Amino acid sequence: MQRITTITGRAIPMRGNDIDTDRIVPARFLRAITFDGMETHLFEDDRKMGGPGHNRHTFDVPAYQGASIMLVNSNFGCGSSREHAPQAIRRWGIQAIVGESFAEIFFGNSAMIGMPCVTASSTDIKALQDLVERNPGTELRIDLTAGTCEAGEFRCSVSLPPNARDAFATGAWDTTGLLLDRYEEVNAKAARLPYVAGF
Amino acid sequence: MGTTLLKKVWDLHTVRQLPTGQTQLFIGLHLVHEVTSPQAFDELRHNGWTLARPDRTFATVDHIVPTKVRTRPFIDVMAEDMLASLERNVREFGLRFAGLGDDRQGIVHVIGPELGLTQPGMTIACGDSHTSTHGAFGAVAFGIGTSQVRDVLASQCLALEPLKVRRIRVTGALPKGVYAKDVILAIIQRLGVRGGNGYAYEYAGDVVDRMSMDERMTICNMSIEGGARVGYVNPDETTFEYMKGRPFAPQGDAFERARAWWKSIASDADASYDDDVEIKAGELTPIVTWGVNPEQSIGVHDRVPAPAGASDPKAVSDALSYMGLTAGQPIEGMKVDVAFIGSCTNGRLSDLREAALIVKGKHVAKHVKALVVPGSVGVARAAEREGLDEVFRAAGFEWRSAGCSMCLGMNPDKLEGDQVCASSSNRNFKGRQGSPTGRTLLMSPAMVAAAAVAGEVMDVRELD
Repeated sequence: MQRITTITGRAIPMRGNDIDTDRIVPARFLRAITFDGMETHLFEDDRKMGGPGHNRHTFDVPAYQGASIMLVNSNFGCGSSREHAPQAIRRWGIQAIVGESFAEIFFGNSAMIGMPCVTASSTDIKALQDLVERNPGTELRIDLTAGTCEAGEFRCSVSLPPNARDAFATGAWDTTGLLLDRYEEVNAKAARLPYVAGF
Repeated sequence: MGTTLLKKVWDLHTVRQLPTGQTQLFIGLHLVHEVTSPQAFDELRHNGWTLARPDRTFATVDHIVPTKVRTRPFIDVMAEDMLASLERNVREFGLRFAGLGDDRQGIVHVIGPELGLTQPGMTIACGDSHTSTHGAFGAVAFGIGTSQVRDVLASQCLALEPLKVRRIRVTGALPKGVYAKDVILAIIQRLGVRGGNGYAYEYAGDVVDRMSMDERMTICNMSIEGGARVGYVNPDETTFEYMKGRPFAPQGDAFERARAWWKSIASDADASYDDDVEIKAGELTPIVTWGVNPEQSIGVHDRVPAPAGASDPKAVSDALSYMGLTAGQPIEGMKVDVAFIGSCTNGRLSDLREAALIVKGKHVAKHVKALVVPGSVGVARAAEREGLDEVFRAAGFEWRSAGCSMCLGMNPDKLEGDQVCASSSNRNFKGRQGSPTGRTLLMSPAMVAAAAVAGEVMDVRELD
């Protein structure tokens, strides 16, 4: 079980509210039986429409290549429950996402693959996005336990629900083992449900 | 102080509190399909895990199936690979399966209720965000990702955080031409696409009380479009009547015992809620989305908004530009290229009946490609028995086989270029219907039927 308490690295700003998982990985690329190579479809439609220079999609900006932290705005990952979206982001190299807020299923799917989604105030997110756009080489350091994000001189607080934070800290984010532990209790509980036992 | 259905069902299914503080929740029904399960089965194999409860698991195929030519192998080799993989997995792990050619095949959220697999008081999970549909029966139903599909396959449990409950009472009477689809679009318009984060939505009020199960499913289906992972309606006589005689529902004396238990899990009259909202049905009109998320909608007689003064001006200007619309333009009269009736939101028998009533004796406009895709083989057969297929064909619609079809671009039914689609589905996200520049206008099936005939967006109530 891998414990996750700090994430460091350069960041990539991904601006916009309500970015849905159909944007992140369009449905037609879900026609696959593994997640292998899913990162090649990350924001594929948007990236194909981006031009050179300023119109270039953020994921095609050379300075952001190799980033390990993504900076997003509000309700990131809404819509479809496809885990292909966080898988593509993770496989591209992102290890943590800092945002104003996250859609619930996306947050859970990301946690399940060991990619924390932490929240910060909209002012702090904007400051971080601006800072990284000015100086893409800035190293960020997220400390999940202390609840902080540092970027050079800039420092702000970030938060995770306590249960999620503890799960990352103890390595229990990989839940299957936990759920299979004491499995006899599961069947005992189920046997007390009338629709399982038979009405 | 009374208790909500959510809390009752949650407590009945709680195995224990995990060391992480999350709840280990037993899942009463796990529905499996071809898109979000192959990687989960691979992990089971890799770890040497077996399927925990074959008796609580049921699979079908819906997202990738062609709705026109269904001979195997499919022309799309990737789709064929996905179905073949599911077929292998259900054999190897012993799942019950309504595959292609099975009379029970269809969209997972249509067949669960239709077969009586979905029942009040259950916890239900499926690797699809529209699992909230099953809440119409008073079940607590979660859309999950593939790693959670793995968890449920292996342990029949999920590790979850409790939810708050917002009651949404729809009161009064729906005006003519205003449907369940308009109600849920109005709720999302009012509360926003993020409004439901952290909440389960309990739909109540006299309008919901009078609704059929099909209508309740339409409403619960789109809870996730409002950010609420779970949406439900308390089970009542309408629910119990629907359950009667369904293949997997309790029968005879057992049905009567089940009915008593189902009644007991409904929210108490004096239950307290974390939030309470009232929607006045009499004020609603047919709704059409103009933008790129389901909150960006207006009444059919309204004009599309301007970025200035909007809470997120950039989102509005981006959406207008993607949709090829100008601020202040009426939505009525917008030309449509494609009309799609179907999906887990509006692909049920009553939806097809409503649409058929509109198109009967009329014809689809020359420039419109129109298709009706029944949500399941069961819906298709029932509609054919009533002659609805003939009504649609005579009006110039294509009558297709059951599947997710043009709701999302995973099968041959796709928009081309920047086509505009009047759609009874659930998402108007950019590119959702298979073309990166395709444009979706969400509306009720009756409104789609009217748009198909008129060739443009119009108020269904004004069709001669």
